[in-house]
Amino acid sequence: MISLQGITKRFSGHTVFKDIDLSLSQGEIIVIIGPSGTGKSTLLRCINFLERPDAGRLQVGDLSVDTQRASRADILALRRRTAFVFQNYGLFANKTALENISEGMIVVDKLPKAQAHMRAREILERIGLADKADAYPASLSGGQQQRVGIGRAMAANADVILFDEPTSSLDPQWVEEVLSLMKQLAVERQTMIVVTHEMQFAREVADRVVFMDEGGIVEQAPPEELFTAPKDERTRHFLRKILAPTGQAVP
Amino acid sequence: MLNLEYMWGLLPVLLRYLPLTLQMATIAMIFALILACLLAVVRVSKVPVLNGFSLLFISFFRGTPLLVQLFLFYYGLPQLISSLIAITGVTAAVLGLTLHFSAYMAESIRAAIVGIDRSQTEAALSIGMTQSQLMRRIILPQATRVATPTLMNYFIDMIKATSLAFTLGVTELMGATQKEAAGSFLYLEAFLLVALIYWAVVEVLSWGQRRLEIYLNKAYQR
Repeated sequence: MISLQGITKRFSGHTVFKDIDLSLSQGEIIVIIGPSGTGKSTLLRCINFLERPDAGRLQVGDLSVDTQRASRADILALRRRTAFVFQNYGLFANKTALENISEGMIVVDKLPKAQAHMRAREILERIGLADKADAYPASLSGGQQQRVGIGRAMAANADVILFDEPTSSLDPQWVEEVLSLMKQLAVERQTMIVVTHEMQFAREVADRVVFMDEGGIVEQAPPEELFTAPKDERTRHFLRKILAPTGQAVP
Repeated sequence: MLNLEYMWGLLPVLLRYLPLTLQMATIAMIFALILACLLAVVRVSKVPVLNGFSLLFISFFRGTPLLVQLFLFYYGLPQLISSLIAITGVTAAVLGLTLHFSAYMAESIRAAIVGIDRSQTEAALSIGMTQSQLMRRIILPQATRVATPTLMNYFIDMIKATSLAFTLGVTELMGATQKEAAGSFLYLEAFLLVALIYWAVVEVLSWGQRRLEIYLNKAYQR
């Protein structure tokens, strides 16, 4: 169970979003869509405390944190329950694919190195990169790097994985392999929140699609409903703009 | 013409002083590296109070000549702290070299740290690593690679700067040469020979530097 209550974020006087409420149950997959600059990524970053919210309460599993009063221990505990996948991968350049995945298990979860490496190899197997265990990020393709990024998030064994536009900086030929790995996780009922512009992915995979605009959640509904019969004019406008050029059905 | 026979005979005499020169440089380098890392981390993390101290420290030791600093430590400080009256020339030289070079090195290490892309920091924090784990395991190893060429240059500089210790009465390579030359009046031969010795040492180090850089770049080959 994950819930956000009244999450608010300001940057130097400017309010990015205010009083955001959102909750999801275990195994649920939420996709957040919306125009650029509406605070989708910032919201995701707030859940992991990469940005400190200015107000609100975050609950992940049995941990509940008042964001204004969060101590260093609260923040670390929250981060252990939430894993993050970055738009530009953020792989550790001095570590191999295997080490990128095992690093958190060794340093944060304090697993013995041999055990962490064993689990990392299992994850490499699952993400289809068993043969790249000893490769450094610089020698991997964008798609492979992002799969390692997802593998690192899987290794955290978190309650939820947060995806921040995971395919946006990929060359087109690598997008599919990353999306299909995410679909595989969805089939395994990995709880996730995905910020993306991949509407086809949202349609296929999301349990619920959340449309954000101008610093607020405009509406949320299962994809078949939101994509075919959006209630708000802003949602309709956005979908028309983004779907029409791709030849997909327009509401 | 050069008295080559004299130079040949002088070589083993001077080489006996090379270990002291290298020892002073190595010890000062080790302490300077430790101090420089601390200063750089304090600067990057903007640790309150200590950051101000680091700024002042770096400013002073970069802003005054090494020779002045050496004289301050050797001739000046004992006047203030009487127990320092027993400070040897070697100790004063090592102390001066350490502080002087740590100020320069702190700035290159800081630049190397700042140069590592922010996404790795965020990734490390996102999986629950602490600031110090992030520094030790992700940032500093990469900053080391970036800063190594510059730091090796400082080490080379430091080896040459040990020659200033002779002004504190230390008989190291330069001090020994000075004495020999004063006895034989063959200044050109003596100083040319010591120049060649310094040069050879630096060349060996440069070779080592290239090997080290190849090793450190291992992770970045495409």
